Amino acid sequence: MTKTYTLKELEQKAVIIREHVIDMLERAGSGHSAGPMGLADIFTAMYFAVLKHDPKNPDWEERDILVLSNGHCVPVRYAAMAEAGYFPKAELKTLRKLGSRLQGHPERVRLPGLETTSGPLGSGLSQACGMALAMRMDGQSHRHIYVTMGDGELDEGNVWEAAMLAPKYGLNNVTAIIDRNNIQIDGPTESVMPLNDLKKKWEAFGWHVIEIDGNDIEAVIDACAMARAITEQPVCILAYTVPGKGVDFMEYDFHWHGVPPNHEQAVKALHELRTLGGKIRSEHE
Amino acid sequence: MSNTDLHLVDITAKDLASAPIRAGFGSGLVKAGELDQNVVAVSADLTGSVKLDGFAAKFPDRFVQVGIAEQNMVTVAAGLAAMGKIPFAAAYAAFSPGRNWEQIKTTICLNEQPVKVVASHAGLYTGPDGATHQMLEDIPLMRCMPGMVTIVPCDSVEAEKATLAMAKDPRPNYLRMCREATPIMTTEETPFEIGKAYVFSPGADVTIIACGTMVYQALLAAELLYKDGIEAEVINCPTIKPLDAETILKSVHKTKCVVTAEEGQVIGGLGGAISELLSEEYPVPIKRLGMQDRYGESGEGEELMEHFGLDAKHIRLAAHHIVNVNKALFS
Repeated sequence: MTKTYTLKELEQKAVIIREHVIDMLERAGSGHSAGPMGLADIFTAMYFAVLKHDPKNPDWEERDILVLSNGHCVPVRYAAMAEAGYFPKAELKTLRKLGSRLQGHPERVRLPGLETTSGPLGSGLSQACGMALAMRMDGQSHRHIYVTMGDGELDEGNVWEAAMLAPKYGLNNVTAIIDRNNIQIDGPTESVMPLNDLKKKWEAFGWHVIEIDGNDIEAVIDACAMARAITEQPVCILAYTVPGKGVDFMEYDFHWHGVPPNHEQAVKALHELRTLGGKIRSEHE
Repeated sequence: MSNTDLHLVDITAKDLASAPIRAGFGSGLVKAGELDQNVVAVSADLTGSVKLDGFAAKFPDRFVQVGIAEQNMVTVAAGLAAMGKIPFAAAYAAFSPGRNWEQIKTTICLNEQPVKVVASHAGLYTGPDGATHQMLEDIPLMRCMPGMVTIVPCDSVEAEKATLAMAKDPRPNYLRMCREATPIMTTEETPFEIGKAYVFSPGADVTIIACGTMVYQALLAAELLYKDGIEAEVINCPTIKPLDAETILKSVHKTKCVVTAEEGQVIGGLGGAISELLSEEYPVPIKRLGMQDRYGESGEGEELMEHFGLDAKHIRLAAHHIVNVNKALFS
């Protein structure tokens, strides 16, 4: 990245990404709302401040890797990628449509820059471990691998298999970012399947844990910098986020996990985003 | 009777050598590792059993041990492949692909990563361990997946060639092997190419198509049938997908009846694949030998093969039956 953004610019970028997400999901008529909205700040931080990458050369051999393990949240990644210049923003309108490169769940082969194919949960961290092991074999461990996972995703056993592997091999260039938004499809995570003290769990598996407000862009950037600086262990960033963040009627409501806004709801949501929740009177464009 | 162009061993010889098919994988992997430094191996706590030990000793920095975690094994392999490696991920067939099918689909096949899923201890020859460990459904599970090349070598020599070919193949591959030592029918000179079937024994009366351990049984059956006055054409079909339609159809156009034999479920297995091909291209009477929609049980390998009708004797009976059906239909 050549351009350095101010925090204010990044916050504006996150709002634009949320607007894209609402628009894409409404046009698609299906998809997940809460996760992508809650992750907008993290993805803004990743694509505009954290990742070493080149949108014009997605396969750049020195790039950092971002693995989206929670594939259902891909609209936020598409929106951030389009804003970063990976592909034209107009293409966002094709999400989930026949022939689109923007599949409902991400397919690496269709769109450069996705790194892997995901959707079925639980397998991103182990792929990241494989990538890190390959990098070590090739003397490429200076490249960093970030993996986003949902908290509900931690129900999957495959996650914990990988959680054991990364410390075993000292894969300190792997950083797990857990979207701790406390919801999953059937309800609150702690009633569907209690995750309990995630900090203690990850520490017990051999990870260094950093807890942050995942909707605070500066905190995300700082945590990622700290993760790169910690070389003894892999780092797990527990990012507490608000599901549906930025749209009042979506926030904290698990019913918004797997549904899109209809037209009326989208208009309302976009109005709220464009007026920054009523803080400014006229909508920006 | 055997096809001299293929440089096969005389299977009636008294001193016929045998070796576990997986041993050929082990030696092939070491050779592949010497030829290409991107070849790496991933193990799930079965390093010795699946013959990864030679590779692990020779290339410790290219060997990954994930513990008893088959989902992790194939997804770690997918990650290695994403960074340019050619990973061989090996375990028992009952666990991989038995447990991790979705990960193989999503992170390897749909993701187009050239991971080599290698499975030992497939089939009834896993014997005394019983039904939980006798993987009989892996061929259907693997060949139904778009992009997955499915290979079942007939002996240890062919397994070594298959392993070397897989290391050069840019697609996801599945390699299926059994535990027991089984007769060696092929030699270093016998050709092997992914996607090719080979006429091991020519004949005009019935086509017997077999894979893996059943190829030897098919050749024995052909000897018995010859004495009965039936000339069987035995095809070794090590690649179940992509199927060598040309070789199979050429034979069936001549014989007009078919017996298939495999150490696995006939539903969706080799028998399923051949039936699909023939029903569309050249429908003829066919008898599928294999597991008939049921599970195995504990017992010695040879015992179980006979018990479930997977030996030369049963292939001979099936060939007689299908030749008679053919006569009744077309004479």
